[in-house]
Parts: sequence; structure tokens; C-alpha cells
Amino acid sequence: MPTSLIQPEFRVEIDYNKCHKCGRCVQQCGWGVYSFNERPYPDDSKCRACHRCVTYCPAHCITIKKNDLALRDNANWSPELRKNVWRQAESGGVMLTGMGNDKPYLKIFDHLVLDACQVTNPSIDPLREPMELRTYLGRKPDSVEVEANGEGGYRLKPGSGVENNVKLDTPLIFAPMSYGSVSLNVHKSLAMAAERLGILMNTGEGGLHADLYPYGNNVIVQVASGRFGVSPEYLNRGAAIEIKIGQGAKPGIGGHLPGEKINKEVSTTRMIPQGTDAISPAPHHDIYSIEDLRQLIYSLKEASGYKPVGVKIAAVHNVGAIASGVVRAGADYVYLDGFTGGTGAAPAIIRDHVGIPIEIAIAVVDQRLREEGIRNQASIIAAGSIRSSADMAKAIALGADVVAIGSATLMALGCHLCQGCHTGCCSWGLTTQKPELTRRLDPEWGAERLTNLVHAWSHELQEILGALGVNAVESLRGSRERLRAVGLDKQTCDILGVKPAGL
Amino acid sequence: MPTSRPAALSGEFSFGERPRYAEEASFKIHGGCGLMGICDESGTLMSGIEAIKAMAVQRDRGNGLGGGYAGYGIYPEFPDHYCFHMMYHDAKAKEETEGVFDRYFVVDLAEPMPTRPVKGISDAPILWRYFLQPDPHKLENSEMTADDYIVHTVMLINSSVDGAFVASSGKNMGAFKGVGFPEEIGHYYLLEEYQGYTWTGHNRFPTNTPGWWGGAHPFTLLDWSIVHNGEISSYGINSRYLEAFGYKCTLGTDTEVAAYLFDLLLRRHKLPLDLACKALASPLWTEIDRMPAEEQAVMRSIRAVYGPAMLNGPFAIVLGFNGGMVALNDRIKLRPLVAARQGSRLMVASEESAIREVLEAPDSVWAPKAGEPVIARVKDMPWPIHGDLHLSAGEVSCAVTGVADSCEIVEVS
Ligand code: SF4
Ligand code: SF4
Repeated sequence: MPTSLIQPEFRVEIDYNKCHKCGRCVQQCGWGVYSFNERPYPDDSKCRACHRCVTYCPAHCITIKKNDLALRDNANWSPELRKNVWRQAESGGVMLTGMGNDKPYLKIFDHLVLDACQVTNPSIDPLREPMELRTYLGRKPDSVEVEANGEGGYRLKPGSGVENNVKLDTPLIFAPMSYGSVSLNVHKSLAMAAERLGILMNTGEGGLHADLYPYGNNVIVQVASGRFGVSPEYLNRGAAIEIKIGQGAKPGIGGHLPGEKINKEVSTTRMIPQGTDAISPAPHHDIYSIEDLRQLIYSLKEASGYKPVGVKIAAVHNVGAIASGVVRAGADYVYLDGFTGGTGAAPAIIRDHVGIPIEIAIAVVDQRLREEGIRNQASIIAAGSIRSSADMAKAIALGADVVAIGSATLMALGCHLCQGCHTGCCSWGLTTQKPELTRRLDPEWGAERLTNLVHAWSHELQEILGALGVNAVESLRGSRERLRAVGLDKQTCDILGVKPAGL
Repeated sequence: MPTSRPAALSGEFSFGERPRYAEEASFKIHGGCGLMGICDESGTLMSGIEAIKAMAVQRDRGNGLGGGYAGYGIYPEFPDHYCFHMMYHDAKAKEETEGVFDRYFVVDLAEPMPTRPVKGISDAPILWRYFLQPDPHKLENSEMTADDYIVHTVMLINSSVDGAFVASSGKNMGAFKGVGFPEEIGHYYLLEEYQGYTWTGHNRFPTNTPGWWGGAHPFTLLDWSIVHNGEISSYGINSRYLEAFGYKCTLGTDTEVAAYLFDLLLRRHKLPLDLACKALASPLWTEIDRMPAEEQAVMRSIRAVYGPAMLNGPFAIVLGFNGGMVALNDRIKLRPLVAARQGSRLMVASEESAIREVLEAPDSVWAPKAGEPVIARVKDMPWPIHGDLHLSAGEVSCAVTGVADSCEIVEVS
């Protein structure tokens, strides 16, 4: 085999004075970095800096460093671009990668700051006063119509309420990650946590494993172009149904789960033969127009007794008009996925260069739907690298009803963002189907960590609301008046509907 | 932003096409304030002096930059005319506005507002009032209801006639407001000469604006008038919500938003008054969860659908209308509001002292609970806000599944 021109990205250093020679690093590493001959020997070239070995080494004697090998400076040809050329010259293939966009694009959330109350409109102390985060997901009527109930009270006129909306105890849900791309234990952790939190997890496009049926009230079941696992039972198990058109990390690109990940369980759940590649094409071959989408939405509603049906689209140019069409086609919610969103596998070139930021997408979609007088007809879910409760608050202030988190949930379960999900070797047992790896995640432990994470963010959101002097999240939603921009150009401010700081 | 001179006047900013009479529009207005409202449910008329007295004792709740009143039942000789109280910067604004009136209305009386010189009141705009009715042909061609026609006109004048401002536009009612302490404003407008069954009053404490005549309370639309103490922290989303229904929130004040929201919920969406109050100051979810099933379903929908309309933050408001009055506190009672009853009179104010000034021996005095409306209803007056639920003569229903011409008028019972 000819020599590779690419040098290892990391250096694995072991302090052999401290090493117990227990061999645990060898066991823990999913990437096959270590070999053992009286003591562990790392092969740097295989290391992805996932830190599994570092975390589990009882002697804390492993250090992983960047391989700071000097390359001659060249402002035009970054080291990464050079490495990519070498890589592709060796492989001749599309470069795949996992997790989200890692390029230093302007992160608009980091250029928005929130308001706070002072004297005339006092802030509210969330430790003493109720701070309400409950949110209803789904289509709302234009107005509520009631009639006298004969006892001095009122009752809803049929069809004029929100009875088929889904209740969320906090405006956050778990983003779609399919069984197959992640392990069953990840799905179990998500489902258990969603139930405890009064929120929803999302199956992604891989179907719902039978073990998760009891959690159906807290599950959004997804229907993607591959229709994996879609059956009447599946549709009826979920609290809501989602048609996946696009994904923020790879707009215009379909899904591909390699045959190695399709073990017996995955094959049963997805309803495809074991060991075959699961390809969900980018287009749904029954949707080539907005009318087709409408027909699918209503077919799914009919099939499920009129559960909410949402549509997930990637944030792309002209997303306002696209979302308007989606809402007019009958969607109960629009799921907007921005271009820093995570993924199990995507061509790196697409992940890094296609799509638009979620902040912009929320702003234009919310505005467009308002201008058309149809904002109440659908909820907006925003996703694509929501990294903290501050991002959540800002997304809501821009106009989102709910945010969805994917990468953050995996991080809560151990993920160190090593970007090797597409290899199926995840040392943390998350994005893999290898039994020796998947058993590393105890669903009960995972559910507890996810519950903690969402509780923490919810409390922080309550603190933010209190500082803003409101005690319900609906008073923040779309209230762009409470945001100011620092360091954004005028046009971006106009699109966001946000004034610059100081005004 | 310097606060010494209104930005709109300095030419740095213009608000839409209307630089004048938008003095405060580019500011978020912070303020304290005091308020009162009194309604005689028997319909017995009271002189405006009662309102002046109630406001005078609350002088410290304002700073001389705004006072005002609304009176109901004050124009018995014109019960069916819309009465426009107008403020003009100059003769040109008056001329332009009167052009609008002449084009779209039949004006039966136009006259200057009666005023007297009062120490402390200066720089008054040209104040004029008009008793008018929509031109029947124009109204018919517009395919609007008379009320919508008026709303449209108010929005038109306020947003496009430079230097003109509609202080009130309802039937048998009027707003009297300006820059000064409320007792001065009351005397300025000779309120003691008016007789009404409902009066509301306001003392303003703006902290970062110079105050201007149009910016004083009450804020009105049709016969809805609002006096308000507090600050609506949800202003941003409330105004965006209203924009979707065609309201133009050009004044930048939260009180304007409250007035329009009542108009939307009561007049256009035909919600009963108590439910509209529940939409604007919603019960907590924990309370809703404990309600009986039928009520719970109603409240859940009200809250989920009208979430963007919910007024959040500290407020006490009094809404006046033909036929009654309602006072409402915010959801966790961050601003003061006291209520009292004496015989057929129901009175509310920011301070009990104001009540004691007017009602000599109240039968009861209480502090209304957070979010719980205090409603006064004048006996035998037509209830204009669909308290008995709306009954429209007919409405068009088009079957979704049928052919296009299956639209038919169905009777709504
Ligand atoms: S896990 Fe740590 S202590 Fe054990 S062999 Fe590896 S480096 Fe040595
Ligand atoms: S899920 Fe696993 S493979 Fe993917 S980035 Fe995280 S640690 Fe790496």
C-alpha cells in the first residue's frame, strides 16, 4: 500500500509511569486505536479525539493533543483544504462526515442580546412566581368560538378549539435521529426522558422499535421518502406525524444507512432485509408538487384520526414562501432545520456549504406567515444547532414556538463531537449498532441525563422570562422587540426584524 | 437616544408618513400612572367633577405630563352619531381632515371643543369635535360595517394626515386629554358641565418623553377607551399580533395595544367580555388544569389561540364602553387596583383615597384578585359587547367537499 500523505490529526500520549497496564483503553476505544503488548500502544492515525479512553482510564494517564505539525502558511490553501485534496486523491470519493457544520460562519444567535426589565416594568422572580413554559403544538383556529352552556358558562363550538394540539410542558423537543443511525438505547433514553419531561422525541426516518410503543404519546413518528417502518400501527402510535422533506445538515440530500448498520432489529423496525443499504432518496417519489404534499398530509391525517401532521424542511433560500406553501397545504407545524444542524452522515461539502442559518429562517418564515395571516395555522419548530437555553430564548423571540435539539442530546449522552458517527464505530455507543458498543449506554442513565439537561435549560429560560418581566413563554414568542443586534449589518437586522443595540 | 427633544421632530426619524403627532412613537414609553373609573349601574348621570376629584388626590402618581378622562352618556342629543374629538397641529391638518370627513361622512355638527384658560395648561393643539355619520352610499360601497368604517377612518387619519390625531371616535362618549395634571385638564375641558353614567380618569407619569397631547390617556377606538397604569412587557408580540388583523400600532404605547386588543376580541371575534378578559390576563395553567372539563377545554383554547394577545407585565387597566366598564389587573397583581361599591355605583382606582374622595360611605371596598375582572354593567342598556354571545343574522358557509356554487347562507341560531 503506498504511503498516505495525510498525517494523524491527533497525538495520543500515555504516561507509562502512571499506566496500570489494565488494558481498559484497548477495550473502550471503538476506533481500534490501541494494541496491547504488556502495555498499550496507540496508533495515532486512528484516533478521533472522542475521549472515551481518556474518560475511562483509571490512571488518568492518557492525553490527546492536536498534532501541530507545521504546514507552510498559505491564506488561500488552508491546511484542511490541502488535506482534503490529498484525501480525495487517495480515495476518489465523496467525503462523508458526521455531526454538524464545523466552519466558523457568523453565528447570528451570538450577535443577539436579550432585554431586561428595570424600574417601570419590574422583572419577575422565577423562584417566587410561576413561570409558564407550556406550549401547544399544532394548528390553531383564527378565533375561539364559544356558546352558552346553559349554566352561566361556555362551551367550545365544535372544531373551534385546540383539542388536537399536542401539549408540551416546555418549548423544546428532541430532534429526529433515526434508529439505525443511533442505537436503540439512545432511542430508549430519549423516549423515557420525553415522557418524564412532558415533551416529544422524534423517531427520525427509521421507524419505531416495538420496545418504544408504550411511549407513543411522547413520540413524533416520521415519514420520510424511504417510508422505513411506516405502517398504520406506526402512524397511530405517535402523538404527531412528521413528513421529512429536508434536513438542515444536508438540504437536498437523502439518507443512506449502510448495510453494516442494518442488523436484525434495525431490519425488523425498518421493514427492510438485513444487511441491505437503506436509501431514502432526497425527493419523495410521490411528492413532486405542493399539491402532492397536501395529498400526503391529508392521507396521513385520515390514516391517523387527524393527528397533527408536520413537515420538516431545511432552511434554504426563499424558505418563507416554501413554508407558506407547506402551511397552506395543511401542515400543523413546520419544522425548520438550519444549516448548522447535526447529522449522522453527510457529504462534508454539502454540510458546510448548502443552506442558510436557522435564525434567518425563523425570522422570515414567522414574518411571512404573519403577513399572509396564517401564522396561527401552524406552529414553528426551529432546529439546527440550538446550543443553549439562550439560543432557545432567542429562537423563540424571533418567532419559533418550539426548538428541537439533537446534537445537544447526544452530548448529554456522552458524545464528544468527534464527527465520526458515519463510521458506525462510536466509542460512546451512540451512533453505532455494534452490540459491544451500544451496551455502553444504559437507557435509565441516559434518560436521567437528558431530563437534567432539559430541566436546566427550562429553568434558565424561566430566569430569562423573569428578567424580561413576563411570566409565560407565549409573551416572548415572536417578541423581537426584546432582542437587539450587536455587530450585525442593517440588512440582516431588517430581515431579523431586530433593532441594533442602543435603540 | 437623547430624550430632550422628540426624535420625530428633530428629523432624525420619521414614523411612517406622519412625523408630527408621533412624538413618542419611536420610544418605548415607560411610565407609572394613576387611574380611576366609576360607573353608575342604574344609569344615573354624574358630573365630570367626580372624576376630577378622584384624580386630584392621586396627583403624586403623575408628573404633570399627561392627564385625561373619558365620559359615557355625555352627548344625549346625538346618541346615534359618531363623535370625533380631534387634535390638530395647525389649520392645514384641520383642513385635510375635514376633507376626509366631507368625503366619507355626513357631518351634522362641527364645533370647537369648549375649553377655558387654566394655569399650567399651554401649547394646546387646535381642539375640535364633529358629530357625524358614515355617508350611506360610501358605506354600502365599502362593504364594511359602520364600525369597521370608523376604525378604518381613524387608522387613516392617524397614519396619514400630518398633524392630526383622533382623540376619540365613539357614540355618545368622548375623551378629554392633554399635557398637564389631570385636575387641570379636567377644568380646562369644563368637565363639570358634562353628565355621564361612566367616567374614567388618568394621571400620567412618563419618564423618558416630554409628553404630548395625543399621548395622554385614555386611548380610544370607537367607544372603547382605556386608561392604563403599567407597562406591557409583551408589547412586541401584542403589536405584531394586531398587525395581522390590520391594526396599525403607530403610537408606540402599550395602551393603544390594549384598546385594539379589546376591539379585536370583543367586537370582531365576538368573545364574551369575561372570556376576553381571561384571554388578556390568562389564568395560570395550574388553575386551568383544575377546572371542570368543559371550562378547561374553553380556557385551554383561549390561552393557546390568544397567547400572542395576552398582556404580560405589570398593569391595571380600566376599559370604558357604552353600557359599562371593566377593570382588570395583571396576572400576578404587580400594579395597584382597588374597587368599591356604594349602591348602584361601582368605582375602581389606583388608590383607596380616590374612592373615599368620591364615595362617601362605600358598602364594600376590596382589592380585586390578579387577573379577575371587575365588571360594571349599566342596567337596561344594550350590551354592546356580546355578553350574551353573538347572534349574527346569517353567515356564509361553503362546504369543503361540495362544488364551488354550494355556498349558501345558513341561519345561525
Ligand atoms: S486505560 Fe489507562 S491505565 Fe489502563 S492501560 Fe490504558 S492507559 Fe494504561
Ligand atoms: S455520536 Fe459518537 S461518533 Fe458521533 S460525534 Fe459523538 S462521539 Fe463521535
